[in-house]
Amino acid sequence: MLLTVRDLTKTFPGTLALDNVRLDLAAGEVHALLGENGAGKSTLIKCLTGVHARDSGHIELDGQPISPTSTHDAQELGIGTVYQEVNLLPNLTVAENLTFGRQPTRLGLVSGRRMRADAEEMLAGYGLDQVNVSRELGSYSVAVQQIVAIARAVALSGKVLILDEPTASLDARETETLFKVVRDLRERGLGIIFISHFLDQVFSLSDRLTVLRNGRHIVTEKTPETNRVELIHHMLGHELVAAEHRHAARKGGANLLSFKGVGRRGKIEPFDLDVRAGEVIGLAGLLGSGRTETADVLFGRTPADQGEATDDAGKLNLSTPRTAIAEGFGYAPEDRKTDGIVADLSVRENIALAFQARRGWANPIPQAEQKRLAEDYIRKLDIRTSSAEKAVGDLSGGNQQKVVLARWLAMNPRFLILDEPTRGIDVGAHAEILKLIGELTDQGMSILLISSEFDELIAASDRIIVVRDRHHVSQLVGEEIDTDRIINAIAARDDAERAMS
Amino acid sequence: MNARILPLYATIVIFLIAYLICYIQFPAMLSTRVVGNLLTDNAYLGIVAVGMTVVILSGGIDLSVGSVIAFSGVFVAVMLRDTDLHPLIVFALLLGITTGFGAAMGALIHGLAMPAFIVTLAGMFLARGAAYMLTIDSVPIDHAFYDVLDAYYRMPGGGRLTLIGVVMLVTVFAGMIIAHRTRFGTSVFALGGGEHTARLMGVSVGLTTVKIYAFSGFMAGLSGIVFSVYTGSGYPLATVGTELTAIATVVIGGTILTGGSGYVFGTLIGVLTMGLIQTYIVFDGSLSSWWTKIVIGLLLLLFILLQKGLLTLGQRQRSSPT
Repeated sequence: MLLTVRDLTKTFPGTLALDNVRLDLAAGEVHALLGENGAGKSTLIKCLTGVHARDSGHIELDGQPISPTSTHDAQELGIGTVYQEVNLLPNLTVAENLTFGRQPTRLGLVSGRRMRADAEEMLAGYGLDQVNVSRELGSYSVAVQQIVAIARAVALSGKVLILDEPTASLDARETETLFKVVRDLRERGLGIIFISHFLDQVFSLSDRLTVLRNGRHIVTEKTPETNRVELIHHMLGHELVAAEHRHAARKGGANLLSFKGVGRRGKIEPFDLDVRAGEVIGLAGLLGSGRTETADVLFGRTPADQGEATDDAGKLNLSTPRTAIAEGFGYAPEDRKTDGIVADLSVRENIALAFQARRGWANPIPQAEQKRLAEDYIRKLDIRTSSAEKAVGDLSGGNQQKVVLARWLAMNPRFLILDEPTRGIDVGAHAEILKLIGELTDQGMSILLISSEFDELIAASDRIIVVRDRHHVSQLVGEEIDTDRIINAIAARDDAERAMS
Repeated sequence: MNARILPLYATIVIFLIAYLICYIQFPAMLSTRVVGNLLTDNAYLGIVAVGMTVVILSGGIDLSVGSVIAFSGVFVAVMLRDTDLHPLIVFALLLGITTGFGAAMGALIHGLAMPAFIVTLAGMFLARGAAYMLTIDSVPIDHAFYDVLDAYYRMPGGGRLTLIGVVMLVTVFAGMIIAHRTRFGTSVFALGGGEHTARLMGVSVGLTTVKIYAFSGFMAGLSGIVFSVYTGSGYPLATVGTELTAIATVVIGGTILTGGSGYVFGTLIGVLTMGLIQTYIVFDGSLSSWWTKIVIGLLLLLFILLQKGLLTLGQRQRSSPT
């Protein structure tokens, strides 16, 4: 084995990020690393590349134990990494980027001619003949930059190449070019770790794959010997008994909103969606399949470039979050820490934020009213905080989430989008938030719930829409909702399987 | 074509057009006397602007240089008045001090992760204060060696190519080599392109930052010496605001203020453009000197718009497949 990882454990304050993980990488192999958010993929990579120091465990490269202390160190040892965001300098020329740190010099001065020659040599065999190494890297497409980054990593490291979601910003043709490069490198005997959440790509490129979940090693298999359904089971983990459905789909609600052909190029293909008053619509799919993209388009965060949204009063303006809020929408985003809360502001200020935005800056909410509002929701949602003036950043994850919810509830929206509302919060708070969803819909609010936890989706949703590869592929209503059907819909490769919906 | 070289071409074209306009109006502008004076009068500015170019290329800023020039002049004048040290030894001492001062600012910027703006602002007040501590008066320099430094070569046509003018040209040339042909220079551009990425690519960010501000400090010290030769005195109130003039010449010279793109040669053209405007005002005789500032302001605005335009162009280029 080229690279062997055994019993790798890494903890961060409060979380066990990696729990006795193992991984084997052979020379001349493309090994896919799979798992949902928080599975531990990035932590594992960061331990391999020296960004994080491991707590315990062994890493061996060519039979020698290694403990890289920095990315530079890992590079010297032979482990190179290429990230989704190209980590080269767009303002330098291609040649400077390739030779950086090892520029050929003569009498202390960089020799441009030899540098270009070196760079051309490094790029040979990557099919980038049309690239002029004297031009700035930034003038080329992301795909070219990505391949240049790979060329640099290979030239510098030469044993193990880690590709961390390299295709996320490439189109199909560019992805194919990249894959050709990767296959060539495999022929040359490199060990390649390939991280992607596009299952098609995993199946077309990898020889073996390893699935992580919640920081644990779940399975390592030869890619041809597994299939999508199995793989998704591994990634999402469904030993759980079929979760109890919350209630039979309620048909009573009047049609509240309808979206016709709403979509955005490169984000989410056009979809139709009718929202009835008081229903919970679940959105199921793998990471990167178009779940969050759907929410972003509906809320105007990345406004739709086609289609239209209407209610019984007419057309809705959803071009920015501001107008979406004015139309009675609310959105608790996935990344609570960066997009949801303002960590340094107090609980009171966070709760009053959206409400204040709607009133306009010229019409401030009086302190007393803000206080009343905050106290009210702290009580209603049982937010555990010593006072309304405490900074939100100091609260636990579950309570932060409740503050975000409180902010939107204070607006009394008619349509609330919750993206992974229970991620990273403890079991108790989890149950409370689900209960709250039930209560809100009983009062007539409609909710779009995005979650990677199927039991949660199944328990809370009246119907579930499955997204795959940026398409809304199928819909499950009422009795149809169960784990197997969702997984099959996600795994389905052709539309024939949509018959079930 | 390389989009990043466009601002440099624009600078050169603007300079040539401006010179042409001046020439048409005052044919005497195209004499070696004017050219010689252009170099001499702006020697101190050109030298300090070379240091500033490197700082700005790295994405930083150095507000201390104007004060450091004043400090240098006063330091040299006072040392020559009060001690028997040879001027060359005083120069060496001074350059040691200003380089160390720059290095210390660089170390603070990196070590405390503070914005260069604030750290060098503190440096600006410190250096100005230090100059006042040495003296509050203008101190004349009266030393035989300074007569040697005033040397010049009489060009055909009667113009004087002074020693300090030549020092400026040599400095620009050295700056070009350092910025564009050394590994240090590539690291400077890398820092300007993105500190995080530069670190991932193996740039020693701390050391490079220290070197950059030390370089700027050295240049400010050298500029101070040249300024003392030019004025024959040291005065703590001299060169107030020169740091901003230097920044303006760097930007007019085609260097992007956010760093990572530009040419030292462009800075020379920027300095000469600024000098040209002043010369024109002198020739005209009826214009007030604040017209310099108005023209500089307009030129700056033009270059900022040009940079923005190029940036948008670059993004469009990138989004289209290559």
